[in-house]
Amino acid sequence: MKQLMTGNEAVARGAYEAGLTFASAYPGTPSTEILENMVQYKNDLYCEWAPNEKVALEAAIGASIAGARSMAAMKHVGVNVAADPLFTFAYTGVTGGCVLVSADDPGMHSSQNEQDNRNYATAARVLMLEPSDSQESKDYMKLGLELSEKFDTPVMLRMTTRVCHSKSLVSLEDRVETALIPYEKKIAKYVATPANGKALRRKLIDRLKSMEEYSNHAEINHVEYNGSEVGVISSGVAYQYAREVFGEDVSYLKLGMTFPMPMAKIKEFAGKVKKLYVIEEMDPYIENHLKMAGIPCIGKELIPEMDELNTDIVRKAIFGISTETIQSEKEAVVRPPALCAGCPHRGFFYALKKKKNIIITGDIGCYTLGSAAPLSAMDTCICMGGSISAGHGAAQALKKNGSDLKVVSVIGDSTFFHTGINSLMDVVYNKGNSVTVILDNRITGMTGHQENPGTGFTLMGDVAVEVDIPLLCKAIGMKEENVITINPLDLKATDQALTAALAKDEPTVIIAKWPCILKKFSEQDKKEFDLTPKKCEIDQETCKKCKSCVRTGCPAISSGDQIIINPDSCTGCSICKQVCPFDAIREVK
Amino acid sequence: MSEVKNILLVGVGGQGTILASKILSEGLSQAGYDVKMSEIHGMSQRGGNVSTQIRFGKKVYSPIVGKGEADVIVAFEKMEALRWIEYLKQGGKMVINDFEIPSVPIQQGIAKYPEGILEELLHKAKASVFKAGEIASELGNSKTMNIVLLGALTKAMDIPGIDWEEVIRNNVKKGFEEINIKAFRAGADQVA
Repeated sequence: MKQLMTGNEAVARGAYEAGLTFASAYPGTPSTEILENMVQYKNDLYCEWAPNEKVALEAAIGASIAGARSMAAMKHVGVNVAADPLFTFAYTGVTGGCVLVSADDPGMHSSQNEQDNRNYATAARVLMLEPSDSQESKDYMKLGLELSEKFDTPVMLRMTTRVCHSKSLVSLEDRVETALIPYEKKIAKYVATPANGKALRRKLIDRLKSMEEYSNHAEINHVEYNGSEVGVISSGVAYQYAREVFGEDVSYLKLGMTFPMPMAKIKEFAGKVKKLYVIEEMDPYIENHLKMAGIPCIGKELIPEMDELNTDIVRKAIFGISTETIQSEKEAVVRPPALCAGCPHRGFFYALKKKKNIIITGDIGCYTLGSAAPLSAMDTCICMGGSISAGHGAAQALKKNGSDLKVVSVIGDSTFFHTGINSLMDVVYNKGNSVTVILDNRITGMTGHQENPGTGFTLMGDVAVEVDIPLLCKAIGMKEENVITINPLDLKATDQALTAALAKDEPTVIIAKWPCILKKFSEQDKKEFDLTPKKCEIDQETCKKCKSCVRTGCPAISSGDQIIINPDSCTGCSICKQVCPFDAIREVK
Repeated sequence: MSEVKNILLVGVGGQGTILASKILSEGLSQAGYDVKMSEIHGMSQRGGNVSTQIRFGKKVYSPIVGKGEADVIVAFEKMEALRWIEYLKQGGKMVINDFEIPSVPIQQGIAKYPEGILEELLHKAKASVFKAGEIASELGNSKTMNIVLLGALTKAMDIPGIDWEEVIRNNVKKGFEEINIKAFRAGADQVA
């Protein structure tokens, strides 16, 4: 019986079937559901959320060295964070098979950039597999663990949004247990000193030759020969688009293993067709390999180098044909995402927006939406953890140059644990004066509510020790009076905390603590916060339509002939009530 | 059936498009079709628009539907029907929930919810328009709105040999089977 599965579910299933016993990840769209789906197999394997991707990969490396099959999963930008261990791991190789899942996001559906992580495989020289649907996601995960052990190399399983989040049919198999490989001390293999590193480097070059030999004969680099007129080389989901657009009458070389590239097979295929196309998303990765080998092909001169592809784009690029469409003169209004009704970040950003003469460095999470109108209370967002360090650099440069601008750095709880802690040490150690605000909503919000070191629970549902953020701040050298915890739904308290912090010429931390309104509240949440359901209502007779409440950007409030609060979406957070100058808003049960 | 059929479910985060598309794709795969279903996760929970794409046939390659290729579009919200109309095939059908959810720029008073959407859509395409939410509420559970729309969709798709009610029984919460089946039938009655 086949089952409909997303690529992410299939990766988790493949890892389970292959007898894997250790998995670690940091959540990030489109990779998050891989580890969420591992939990169902927790009687047979161990899985965890790591504080960041570097930690996740290092933990997977450790599990491999200890003799177990292991994996780490992350979104494309997470591999940047994990790149340091990755490059040396390529030298040392593995004991138990180890797969790094990189989930790229062409088209930036939920990411700050678009990057083609196939380039990491060539740069680090690790074997790479690219599934194009859910069945392949499962099969390649299993194959990846086998090839990792066969060639003594980490394997990168490169997914993309459409492979991760599309469902297609998958045949399931039983789990085959793999015994832990008995531990042996291998100093020359695993201690990457310069002397050992040089020897490992030579081995890596030899390994590349045997991997390329395998790639040339691998079944997953598959030729479908339908004649000599036109040939198409493709990989990943781009193959699905190409296969649909070009149809039955052209020949295909579908690449499942894209590093090392099967150059002999490619040359042979190219020699059998008169015209050769390379259809791939983002970078000219396959195309460049062909061009370096002197194989003529048509690729990025027709196919866009950015954004995700689809059949429309490929058809138009190659054949110049567009499907006829029904057009309307009427235009749908955009529907941009917004902070939810009742989001604790709204109160904080509303108070922050009122402060003048500041630069606000932001970070990655739901709260990046604080940059959207009408709040517009964020000036930068670069990368995970970057708010505090970029803020520190800005603050020091401003101070050195005699500017009176001050800096507020805004970061979420999970992002703070990810890489924000290092940055805060920088502020304290180097006597900065930026204000750090940790928006602690008691969960990893943006990716759909994953546990983290501050929530009190693990991925597998066990009770965990919580990081004590105020104590942590003190431990790295913050003065006790400079670390303050506030309720961000209390606008007055938030404003006072910001005013006091901005007046100081030393590091300050404000912890804005209130649970995400969409979160499933824990017993502790219910004890610590007043989460009883409430609603706010506008008294239309008192309302002067000044729109102060509308300017909080709350999606429960609509402005028309009357200003109305939608009772179905209002959670009674009372931010609108606090900003109303006419006392026209009241709380109702 | 050698050709591939394309279905789009479009709406706003939280309207229940995911469950409806799950039931749809389960039913199709049990009937022996190759099925691919694609959805975009991420920021949708925060009030953005959501779309689920379902393709089925003997063999399906691309998991996403191209412009001008959808056989049926089900819009859980009427402005979303307008947004996606260019994906409808010439001669394709629309199932439209006569329901408005203003987006943030509209709530802020920066933009206006377009007027005359239904007239425009009925003029451009073959469409069934009804108030799925009211039908669901009259049946006693407003949350079955998505199943009302699913009932209309399967009627519009006209694929024989699938026991949709059995698929619904296996995919909804225990104790809610009968209300969902009533909702499904009420939805089917809306499509001629």
